Amino acid sequence: MTSSHLLSINDLTAVQAQNILATAEELRKITDGPNKKLPTLRGRTVVNLFFEDSTRTRISFESAAKRLSADVINFSAKGSSVSKGESLKDTAQTLQAMGADAVVIRHGASGAAARLADSGWISASVINAGDGTHEHPTQALLDAFTIWKHSGRDVADLTGLKIAIVGDILHSRVARSNVLLLSKLGASVTVVAPPTLLPVGIEAWPVTTSLHFDEVIADMDVVMMLRIQQERMSDSFFPSSREYSRWYGLSNARLEAMKSQAIVMHPGPMNRGLEITAEGADSARSVIVEQVSNGVLVRMAVLYSLLGGVPLTAGTEG
Amino acid sequence: MFLLIKNAKLANGQLVDVRIAGEHIQEVGISLIANEEEIIDIEGNYLLPGLVDMHTHLREPGREDSETVLTGSKAAVAGGYTAVSAMANTNPVADTAGVVEKILRLGHETGLCDVFPIGAVTQGQQGLQLAELGAMASSVAQVRIFSDDGHCVDDPLIMRRALEYVKTFDGIIAQHAQDPRLTVGAQMNEGVVSSLLGLTGWPAIAEEAIIARDILLAEHVGSRLHICHLTTAGGVELVRWAKSRGVKVTAEVTPHHLLLTDESVYGYDPIYKVNPPLRTAADVLALRQGLADGTIDVVATDHAPHPTEDKECEWQAAAFGMIGLETSLAIVAKTMIETGLMSWVDLVDRMSIAPAKISRYSEHGQEIAVGSKANLVVVNPHEIWEVDRQMMSSKSKNTPFHGMSFSAKVKYTIFNGKIVLNNGTVAGAKHA
Repeated sequence: MTSSHLLSINDLTAVQAQNILATAEELRKITDGPNKKLPTLRGRTVVNLFFEDSTRTRISFESAAKRLSADVINFSAKGSSVSKGESLKDTAQTLQAMGADAVVIRHGASGAAARLADSGWISASVINAGDGTHEHPTQALLDAFTIWKHSGRDVADLTGLKIAIVGDILHSRVARSNVLLLSKLGASVTVVAPPTLLPVGIEAWPVTTSLHFDEVIADMDVVMMLRIQQERMSDSFFPSSREYSRWYGLSNARLEAMKSQAIVMHPGPMNRGLEITAEGADSARSVIVEQVSNGVLVRMAVLYSLLGGVPLTAGTEG
Repeated sequence: MFLLIKNAKLANGQLVDVRIAGEHIQEVGISLIANEEEIIDIEGNYLLPGLVDMHTHLREPGREDSETVLTGSKAAVAGGYTAVSAMANTNPVADTAGVVEKILRLGHETGLCDVFPIGAVTQGQQGLQLAELGAMASSVAQVRIFSDDGHCVDDPLIMRRALEYVKTFDGIIAQHAQDPRLTVGAQMNEGVVSSLLGLTGWPAIAEEAIIARDILLAEHVGSRLHICHLTTAGGVELVRWAKSRGVKVTAEVTPHHLLLTDESVYGYDPIYKVNPPLRTAADVLALRQGLADGTIDVVATDHAPHPTEDKECEWQAAAFGMIGLETSLAIVAKTMIETGLMSWVDLVDRMSIAPAKISRYSEHGQEIAVGSKANLVVVNPHEIWEVDRQMMSSKSKNTPFHGMSFSAKVKYTIFNGKIVLNNGTVAGAKHA
């Protein structure tokens, strides 16, 4: 990586991303046996600094760090400085004083991870585990890993694959990171959403946009459904959950319209019956459970790349 | 006090000596002979009318941790200003004669420059009920500019009434044009950069919709309207159109909107967080063009001091605003004169004559001629200097220009005949 942080997919070149994914694959092979634990990060401290609730992401990072034998501290900092609690700076300096080697941060404000990394408050590596509506780079890496493994290719080059990301693009950090990473790896990405949930300025993104799910679904190798927040409805982004579901949900009919080998993804947690039917979530196409297990591998690879004494990835710099 | 300024270049290029007696200019001529007075030889640097700011946040009363009338006055004279207009969003809000008179008195006590209070349009800047505009106008402070800056007077009926009401005393409503519903939670300009950064957009339309409405209201009732900190190409077009129709509308632009774009926000440093937000390069060019052709009448700083902790945090939690008094002239010279868009005569108009005229500050923005009040500034147009936030006179350090170099430097500021900035050093205040 070009820095000791992972804040955005923009921090990675395609080759660096591929190296992380290859590392994850190596780790999968090594930890597939009875002994899941490696001594690599023994004596290192990883802090999970969560300003927002996210049990899934926190547990995933926690088990990734523990499988690499790091010490893990979970710091649930409810009440960010937005609500006049302790400031991010003070929290950062506290962690610094405790000797954190890496800080995994989840925060409700876009750019919070960048502030933590770039303000000189802390010398630890910062890993963005989701900042507001900006990015969630490890989610994109685990999604790319999952797509790669299903492609059957030797290296994580996704050239030629057609991927649809469907739902609330405007507010989704998962979408932003995935758009950047999947296009960087060669895939053709189409984002599908009602116009209210596409950001102004999306014309500069490396994607095709579609307002009509039905027009694109039959062409896709991967369909990634995004969680839709119920409160978007009261803000008039769409009239009702039923209407959203009819136009943009992965219904059984749309499931049938997909290519035979195409897969269905979802970053979780799902709203069954809203953006995805139970049949869609549980179908043979669904790789949603794999995404979760791949998440641990990819996060191990990221921690390894950032903290590992021996650089695993070509081009790693301080 | 007597003062002889030797070898002064006027904005039009003419070289003169200027003699000041007491508070006024006594003589302007070639090779004036010194009497007993103090002599400053400015060696061909510019001698211009003192700058006038229509939009300054001095924070006193209420937020003396970020700025006071004293520290703000020091910043003003360091930047070449002899008059500033203190925005009404203090605590308590400047919405009564008592508060505006207090601010005026604090300015007098400081004695470095004129501090003219702006009155709030509505009580508590709540947008619901007119403040006692007449009482503020007829107070000792003689308020003529009224603004709920920071809050848009978005109710069209309240705005109409305010525009009509201030006609009684030749007042003007200075509008912070921001449709509140179109900017819920807004963090930065809405466009490519906001889409990538995942920050809630502040669309240009939210500014332009209010400007358009207010132009039509001002035309309908025949009142004076001033648009604060114009930031969009569309807004410039609207003001141009209004002026062509003879509407009594004036507009201001800030130095930061003439220089910076929303690309600065990559990196999420809240030093670039300001309301209205930094816009695109195309907007910056339209603003420069509008200022050059006179569509935009004045440069105003929107000097907005904030304590360190309000910027040393994540973007979303940070306060909006940047300080500007001490860098404005240098930025206007860089963006407008060094680019060939404007002359020094134009700069004097946009930064002194026009704002004084719109604000009805009769002792400012005057010609450098016998009998004028001696409110003056000396500028070296070719002295390279670097902005250092630690060297600011303002109590706050939130300048986005730290580390940038400029070539126009304010050397002296003369207020009512007294040297208040002496070769770059701010004089002691009357009651410091």
